[in-house]
Amino acid sequence: MSFWHFLQLNWPELLLLVRQHIVLVFISILVAVIIGVPVGVLLTRYRVLRGPVLGIANVMQTIPSLALFGFLIPLPFIGGIGSRTALVALVVYSLLPIIRNTVTGILGVEPSVREAAVAMGMTDGQVLRQVELPLAMGVIVTGIRVATVIAVGVTTIAAAVGAGGLGVYIFRGLRQYDNNLLLAGALSAAVLALAADLFLGLLERQFSFEAKRKTARFALPVVVLVVVAAAVFAFWNSGGSGKNSSAQERVAVGSKDFTESALLAEIVAQMLEARGVSVERRLELGGNLPHEALVSGTLDLYPEYTGTSYTAILHHTPIGDPRVVYEQVKQEYASQFKVEVSPPLGFENTFAILVRGADARRLNLKRISDAAAHTAQWRAGFGQDFMSRADGYPGFSKSYGLKFAAVREMDLSLTYIALSSRQVDLIAGNSTEGRIATLDLFQLSDDRHYFPPYEAVYLVRQDSLARVPALREVLTKLANAISTDEMRRLNYEIDGNKRDPKEVVKEWLGSRGL
Amino acid sequence: MKIDSLVQFQNVTFSLPAAANIIANLSLSVQQGETLVLLGESGCGKTTTLKLVNRLLAPTAGEVLVEGKATTAWDPIALRRRIGYVIQEGGLFPHFTIARNVGLVPSLSRWDQARISERVRELLSLVGLEPDRFADRYPRELSGGQRQRVGVARALAADPPLLLLDEPFGALDPLTRASLQREFADLTSRLGKTAILVTHDVREALILASRIGLMHKGQLLLLETPEHFLASDNPQARAYLDTLTVGGKR
Repeated sequence: MSFWHFLQLNWPELLLLVRQHIVLVFISILVAVIIGVPVGVLLTRYRVLRGPVLGIANVMQTIPSLALFGFLIPLPFIGGIGSRTALVALVVYSLLPIIRNTVTGILGVEPSVREAAVAMGMTDGQVLRQVELPLAMGVIVTGIRVATVIAVGVTTIAAAVGAGGLGVYIFRGLRQYDNNLLLAGALSAAVLALAADLFLGLLERQFSFEAKRKTARFALPVVVLVVVAAAVFAFWNSGGSGKNSSAQERVAVGSKDFTESALLAEIVAQMLEARGVSVERRLELGGNLPHEALVSGTLDLYPEYTGTSYTAILHHTPIGDPRVVYEQVKQEYASQFKVEVSPPLGFENTFAILVRGADARRLNLKRISDAAAHTAQWRAGFGQDFMSRADGYPGFSKSYGLKFAAVREMDLSLTYIALSSRQVDLIAGNSTEGRIATLDLFQLSDDRHYFPPYEAVYLVRQDSLARVPALREVLTKLANAISTDEMRRLNYEIDGNKRDPKEVVKEWLGSRGL
Repeated sequence: MKIDSLVQFQNVTFSLPAAANIIANLSLSVQQGETLVLLGESGCGKTTTLKLVNRLLAPTAGEVLVEGKATTAWDPIALRRRIGYVIQEGGLFPHFTIARNVGLVPSLSRWDQARISERVRELLSLVGLEPDRFADRYPRELSGGQRQRVGVARALAADPPLLLLDEPFGALDPLTRASLQREFADLTSRLGKTAILVTHDVREALILASRIGLMHKGQLLLLETPEHFLASDNPQARAYLDTLTVGGKR
């Protein structure tokens, strides 16, 4: 599909994401200015505070954005998933340049000018409002400009906590290896950043009193107009959807940030909607966010795998028996989290140790044990998840006695393409990944039964089940409804054929009479 | 106390923590209508003396009286609005037009707009700048001499009885300086203003002063009329006067 064609098909969604992006940046910069400028002014008055406050702002800015989101999720009031967390993080990032430039701008006012102002009989407030702030305004606007451009970038990460914005396309594009999605997301974000830079640059020149400014006189109204237009575009009708249904029949459905999880969430969402329940989709959340959100009550339901719950959440040592794992998870989730585990959906998504099909045929590889003789010359590529979890890399390499020439930790969705393009020679993918067939990859069998069972289930809050009766009906119908082959096919419809998940789910539900 | 002494220093000392006295035990009084010039090299304390008058600084010991009242007893805002202040290069506000710069103190004192504009035009004419040409310009569009004139106009705006001038003509070329000095002398005598002016230029002191106060290392060495100053045998005064000598002639 050409990029142009993609845009023609998807412009309403793209526009929505652009709008979400602008809203996030706009609000966070507004809040950061409201906090940052007075703090900056204060620091020029109380010299002793300057070091500590700027130091703290500095440190906050060095926290990687994903880590910051992670810290924020469990916090009451400012945390959770969705735009609030994203806004808090964005404000934190925007504060430093704004505070710093306010301080620099005010301290940079010519001492003789300040002295003249005081000597004319201005009060401290008058000196600040009439002399210092106007003269510092150019530098302060530079700070706001820097903060805005940074915020446009960081906001793309906000998609990981379900805040929306252009990051949704970027993450989805990475996952599905879809350049159109990537391009649409990244290009739009770049255009937004450039536009913000340009217009705030014009504004900045307004406040340059040393240079000739007659030429830029027209710019202030233009900037005001653009900001107002952006705000109207961003806030017009946004957030108005679904507000009219009662809280009783409203369900927040979440998913992890990969195709299959989003697809399983979409299946439940559409089935609930068909039963008159209004659904809030919080799809494609990164890391352990769905779990945190479920436990804290921000989510009512999300799809999970029993093995993941067993090892990553409950911290048990991996074991092989699917029944034992399922029962144990069911029991402990009920007592620990007040969360119910649905009947298994009928397929497993376990780690699939993959090599190139060509290598498998040439070296006659069938089982993981067969590969042990070659791995010393191989480079491996593993997702962050696999590297860190109990049933992941350390146990796996030990169990099979594997040594690699190099192990690279990378984004899971990139490992498939890294393998097929010979950047690495062995990866740990997902067994239901649609691209296993399309990229001619070969799954080595787990002959030592190292990997624990990963049966797909839904995790639902007990209070949600009581509140929305349709939930139990839907989950019962989905028991044993999806086979591994079927899941691979559905994944491939989205990742391989680049189809819209909503359509794929709709079609599948129709074909199954669900 | 004499009623015609507008400013009086009584045993004033000013020092900063961990430093020698910047001003030591200074006493002097400035008479109504006179122009007192404080002459001295950089760091002699003459600018500090000036700032003690409008309470940009407060004395460490002793008292500075303005109109018979200690500066520390004045409301600093009210005090400063009664004292015009001119510094090198004017210290103009770069983001204000000339009119707004000149009209600053009246507008701080909440004069009505019509009265301010009238006063601004009057003052610009007084310092030799055509109001129609200059009112709406910005300081950077003016030459150094023109900016200095605006600085003087701004100091005069609220018709203060006292002017403080800190090397007001120091940054100007010699010809502009000479003509501004003449105009300034003319202006103060015409308006009957009292002025304290700080300079390191003995020629300027001799042209403008009613009395010259010679300062050195925080002390007032000499306080004399220009005639007596020329005849003084104080070594510091002689050193200054020798700079006027070119080719063995004065």
